[in-house]
Amino acid sequence: MGRVLLICRLAAGDVRHRPVSAVLLVLAIMTAATTLTLGLALHGLSDQPNQAYQQTRALTAGPDIVADVGPGGGGPKGAGGSGPPADVAALTPLTSASGVVAHSGPYPYTGATLRANGHEAGAQVEGRDQAAAPVDQPKLTQGRWVRPGEVVLERSFAEDLGVGAGDQITLNGRSFRVAGVAVTTATDLTDPQLCSSNCDLPILELGNPGLVWMTRADAMSLATAAEPLSYTLNLKLADPADADAFASAYDNAQTSASAPGLQSWQSLAWGTGSQIRSEQFLLLIGSQLLGLLAIASVAVLVGGRMTEQTRRVGLLKAVGSTPGLVAAVLLAEHLILAVAAAALGLLIGWLVAPGLTSPGAILLGSVGTPPVTLATIAIVVGVALAVAGLATLVPAIRAARTSTVGALADSARPPRRRARVIAVTAWLPVPLLFGLRVATRRTRRVVLNVASVAVTASGIVAVLMVHAHFDAASSASGGLTDPQNARLSQVVTVISVALVMLGAVNAILLTWTTVLDARHTSALARALGATPQQVSAGLSAAQVLPALAGALLGIPGGIGLVTALNSDNKRLTLPPLWWLVATVLGTAAAVAAITIVPAWLGTRRPVGEVLQSELA
Amino acid sequence: MSENVLQARGLSKTFGRGEGLVRAVDEVDLEVCAGETVAVMGPSGCGKSTLLHMLGGLERPSGGEIVLAGSRLDQMGERALARLRRTAIGFVFQAFHLIDELTARENVELPALLAGRSPRAARRQAVSLLERVGLADRATFLPSALSGGQRQRVGIARALSNDPLVVLADEPTGNLDSAATMEVLRLFDALHTAGQTLVMVTHDPRVAATADRLISMRDGAFVDETRMSGGTRGNLGALAGLEG
Repeated sequence: MGRVLLICRLAAGDVRHRPVSAVLLVLAIMTAATTLTLGLALHGLSDQPNQAYQQTRALTAGPDIVADVGPGGGGPKGAGGSGPPADVAALTPLTSASGVVAHSGPYPYTGATLRANGHEAGAQVEGRDQAAAPVDQPKLTQGRWVRPGEVVLERSFAEDLGVGAGDQITLNGRSFRVAGVAVTTATDLTDPQLCSSNCDLPILELGNPGLVWMTRADAMSLATAAEPLSYTLNLKLADPADADAFASAYDNAQTSASAPGLQSWQSLAWGTGSQIRSEQFLLLIGSQLLGLLAIASVAVLVGGRMTEQTRRVGLLKAVGSTPGLVAAVLLAEHLILAVAAAALGLLIGWLVAPGLTSPGAILLGSVGTPPVTLATIAIVVGVALAVAGLATLVPAIRAARTSTVGALADSARPPRRRARVIAVTAWLPVPLLFGLRVATRRTRRVVLNVASVAVTASGIVAVLMVHAHFDAASSASGGLTDPQNARLSQVVTVISVALVMLGAVNAILLTWTTVLDARHTSALARALGATPQQVSAGLSAAQVLPALAGALLGIPGGIGLVTALNSDNKRLTLPPLWWLVATVLGTAAAVAAITIVPAWLGTRRPVGEVLQSELA
Repeated sequence: MSENVLQARGLSKTFGRGEGLVRAVDEVDLEVCAGETVAVMGPSGCGKSTLLHMLGGLERPSGGEIVLAGSRLDQMGERALARLRRTAIGFVFQAFHLIDELTARENVELPALLAGRSPRAARRQAVSLLERVGLADRATFLPSALSGGQRQRVGIARALSNDPLVVLADEPTGNLDSAATMEVLRLFDALHTAGQTLVMVTHDPRVAATADRLISMRDGAFVDETRMSGGTRGNLGALAGLEG
């Protein structure tokens, strides 16, 4: 007990003496822990039917089964097709099928070209009765229900177009007034298959289908030979839980290609949950990248603290501490900070998650606060401890093995000699001569620097690719922004900001560690005639050159990352070349800007004082 | 009488404030002529090294003025001081302060590279200086492969790299045994003969005995000054008490 208390007191004392590095350590681990918490919390949500979907289903008398038949036969609503006219009679037996207690429809629907606010988009118009339907009556959030010459727009589509009740739109060139805006659960609004015959018109990758309700007569009048009518029927079952089984049994019993296609409410809910699943996937990938950066941060921090603590380790050993105690103090210090960082990460993640789980315009209600389960807490704390433990282990063992006399003399680890670098740098200007020689003295630190920047740059390039992809989709859709893409774009932006922040912290830490490690060489260079500006620039260059290499590696890294994540083999959009060039140059410039201050601070101590301290 | 190369008037350095104020150097006046060897002697902690660092522009004085070759060091900015150190001052340190990963020759050529000389010229100069200090055959050795005396001779060669007006030596034999001390003193003697101005601080009376002028320092102030009759022109070993 006494030993544990001693370790805790020594660790706490060291944290108090070095608050800045303790805060940076917590910040680094906390960022990774927050992202991991978000990813895990969203994972918990996507495992169960979406609350918002259920709430909207209740408000709209959502169907348990949606049956469709088109010119080519059945299939998910809007799949369209060509062939003989849709056999609407094929839907009739379903209304009296066993287990069906209510129905609405069949309703005719067809594809049309919509123009509004300067946008042109493919739309799916569905003919409805003016009276409320017993099943799937879209819930109005604005205006009133359909009348002749008036339409109601699905809410996410209306927001995309920027139109509301009272506005005018055209469908296939005919003018209609927007009577209202509504939501429904009868259509999977994130289903990429959902596409009218105007598929060459932009519906984006995932394809907001552009749902428009109007009277039956208006809808039927919009049908053309190229875009014939299809029909949809909404069914209510005695037991909604049987919907999947009902759809499967029906599909298995059908042999005709023209038979209607059925979708259960469960499959519609699953499609609607794709938003959260995509976000969760991105956040998990982001947390892995941030975890790698956090390991680099902690490794640099611990290395830096070791450089500062060499003499303290010597003192501890001189007064009787065992090597084990020295290692235990270092480990305890960083593990305690890691637990604090994990707790903060869990809290922030829990607070931020509801913002990411908002259902958006597609549904009503809310998903609620994602659960932070014991498993989530255990994983986040475990990862934080593993990150801190892995990064601390080697320095802790090295500290334990340092000879007491050597540690008391504060003797630095012998640097590595790079004869070729020394010869080549003799021809370079003083800052580069000094910077390159300082950088190559510590190979592992250079590798860490390159790796840290490469991870950050990979993340940035991946984000740029995602944005380029969304931009291309938006451009192809006449400037329409798909709401799901917009949400995912926000998530990747948040991840990229976190990556850049942690990368910046790493750059500062690496510079400061280099400044500390090179304090003697820097002082000597100044004593021999180098100006403080030359030394500062050199210390900064020692970070910028590896950063440049890391940024270059980040380009294939980012492309590889997106390629690896592109499980459904969508065509990838490479960002413009100038974006990539700007990323590399911007990264180098950012590192130069970030490192110049700690590099300058490192040259403020009087030369005589530094050189004298080597004798102390 | 030769003209003064280095002058200090009312030079002070204080640390702390109030009751904790420490006067490391207290109103010191010093004049060093061209070609002169001056030794400042005193016990540890009397302010010798602080004085030397101020004379070399490594530390800012709290008061007084320093003039080197007609320029006021105490009024210069850091950049100007750095330029002056490149061209006018050579430092020799007790702890040698060689860069571990550089060979003897690379250590010696470093000041010339920092001064902007071409690598070829810097290398020629370094080889020549190593010959001068008797270490031509050790040019490619790392400091860790050299003895203490050899390291200090490399340090002296480095101090001479840019033909300085004055060499400032801080306890140059403080870390050396008798034989190595003798090597260094012979080298200083050769420099003196060649007309090199040298200011060294030491607490070793045997080393101080080799100077033209000996200044005793105590509690930050000069307490005595003696012009040495024999200087380095006598039998160096006997004078320093290092030979029988």
